[in-house]
Amino acid sequence: MAAQASFIGQKNKKEQVYTDPWHMMNEAPRTPSFFTGSEVIKEAVRRASCDIMVAYPITPQSEAAALCGELFAEGYIGDYFRGESEFAVMSQCAGAAFGGARVFTTTAGPGTMRAMENFPMWAGARLPIQMIVTCRGINSPLSIQPDTLEISYLMQTGMLVWHAETAQDFYDWILKGYMVSEEPDVHLPLALCCDGFFVTHTKDMVDLTPVDMCLPPYDPYRSPVPCMDMECPPVRMMRDPFVMKSNYISYATHASWQQEVWAAVERSRKHTIRWMDGLIDADDTDADVMVVASGTAVSQSREAIAMLEEEGIHVGLVKVKTLRPWPGEEIREATKHAKHIIVPEFNVIGWLAREVSATVPNNERIHAGPHVCGGMTMPPEIIAAEIKTVLGVKAPSLAGRGG
Amino acid sequence: MTTSYRVMPGPEHFLPPSAASMGIRLPDPGQGHIHGSIVSEEEALEEAARQFLSAKVPTIFPGPLVLWAWNDKAAKKAKAIRHLYETIKECVDSSCQHAMLIPMPDYRPKYPKINPEIEINPNHPNLTIWHNKIDACMFVGVHCHQANLSLKIIRGGTNCYTIAMCAQAGHEDAMVSVRDATADKIIKLADWVKKLKGSVAPPAEYSA
Repeated sequence: MAAQASFIGQKNKKEQVYTDPWHMMNEAPRTPSFFTGSEVIKEAVRRASCDIMVAYPITPQSEAAALCGELFAEGYIGDYFRGESEFAVMSQCAGAAFGGARVFTTTAGPGTMRAMENFPMWAGARLPIQMIVTCRGINSPLSIQPDTLEISYLMQTGMLVWHAETAQDFYDWILKGYMVSEEPDVHLPLALCCDGFFVTHTKDMVDLTPVDMCLPPYDPYRSPVPCMDMECPPVRMMRDPFVMKSNYISYATHASWQQEVWAAVERSRKHTIRWMDGLIDADDTDADVMVVASGTAVSQSREAIAMLEEEGIHVGLVKVKTLRPWPGEEIREATKHAKHIIVPEFNVIGWLAREVSATVPNNERIHAGPHVCGGMTMPPEIIAAEIKTVLGVKAPSLAGRGG
Repeated sequence: MTTSYRVMPGPEHFLPPSAASMGIRLPDPGQGHIHGSIVSEEEALEEAARQFLSAKVPTIFPGPLVLWAWNDKAAKKAKAIRHLYETIKECVDSSCQHAMLIPMPDYRPKYPKINPEIEINPNHPNLTIWHNKIDACMFVGVHCHQANLSLKIIRGGTNCYTIAMCAQAGHEDAMVSVRDATADKIIKLADWVKKLKGSVAPPAEYSA
């Protein structure tokens, strides 16, 4: 931190002042602005002191990559270039991060899947790259509409995985994300996810920090591993990889290495709780029915809960902000009084319900659904109907053949 | 998360868990930890000194960050480590205790095997510990990832007591850890060794 602290108060080439991150995010004045989610990404990156942005500018899901190109042209990003595929982009991100740069990139849906091999590699190499994932359908037939299935794959990579509900979350978490993921005891890549289209293409009021303030630069000397140099001591570490050897010691080393990656995910709790004011937000935890949701399913649930309140049905809400680290203890505590736990999701498999089921006692309380996918919207009425069904209250039919 | 797990000398398990996954949390600035419980930094330094004085083979493992004079701070720390080593040597009973200073010069896995008399490697640290019968050791100047790798393997397969003097956030996989290490803190540890000389029981099998 000492090296970063030494920059505070100095100006970068765009006359932005390197500012104490806590002051910038929590105390500095905010300006309300009306932006799309993609534009919000650009505004956060403008203030993030990124050294390199690598883009595969697949515009249908998010314009963020192209907008970051504008930032480069304006001089806010150190370097910017395009990869020939998502796999190439993520490999180039790794190279830049190995070299000690603060790296930013974006992806979505099929691109995430194409690049998947890189993500456990990033985590294993302890590279604090930030990747925005504007989730969309991954299966054939293709869809550019929101579907969160890809998150379930990212959750097993060793990366930090956060799920933003709104453009405001997105703006704040991009900047806070670097602060958490660059801590030396964490030092992991962050997949900052949102439900694409809903968040990226719609406009919302977002409170922005001053444009003349920016994060202090990344300090690679705080890394828990040496910068990669294939030949020179003391940093020669990746030649003679364990995979080439067949003996107990190699296996044990590899096992310990994997444990260390997941230990770093655990260590991120402390920093994430401080920066994000907890891994979850919980309302009305004394209610008999609790909804547990992440992403825009939280917004839809909030609407459903308001509708039910008018009918005298009291329902609480848990907004899951981080999926890795997983807020197991927080969810157990928030749902301990609930007789029913409803988990609405924008994907076909219900990965969040599975996680919650593995977390809470008496998991027969969990009702996995409603589910929509492939770009369908999730009207609050279907969440309300699910809750009424669970409670044995008659709910009107939401879809029929006329009449 | 409250936990009953304690970070103790092994051999613990075929594949011991990371302490973080068992709910052990790292200290904040000004703190250290002993067996996973948060204590003041001073208490952690005192406990580290006691462990050196009660061990048969108290050993320091300096890593690349202090072995190579890549900046002034590293050179200063290296001198402090040499001072700590000399202090331990002076303060232990040479008839039954043998202090050692064994470097970890790099992290490259070495095959068919390292020479355990002259170095330690993070990928198979147990070989050096077994060979030299080391029962208390301190990591200093080792990158955090590699230190944790080693500390878990040591806990899994040896009964060595581990201490980590970390320049960053500390190590929950060690039995004692101090964070934000500087040359001054290393010298302070040497002062604790001097201060406790004669007040700590010698290794068990020699105590009669």
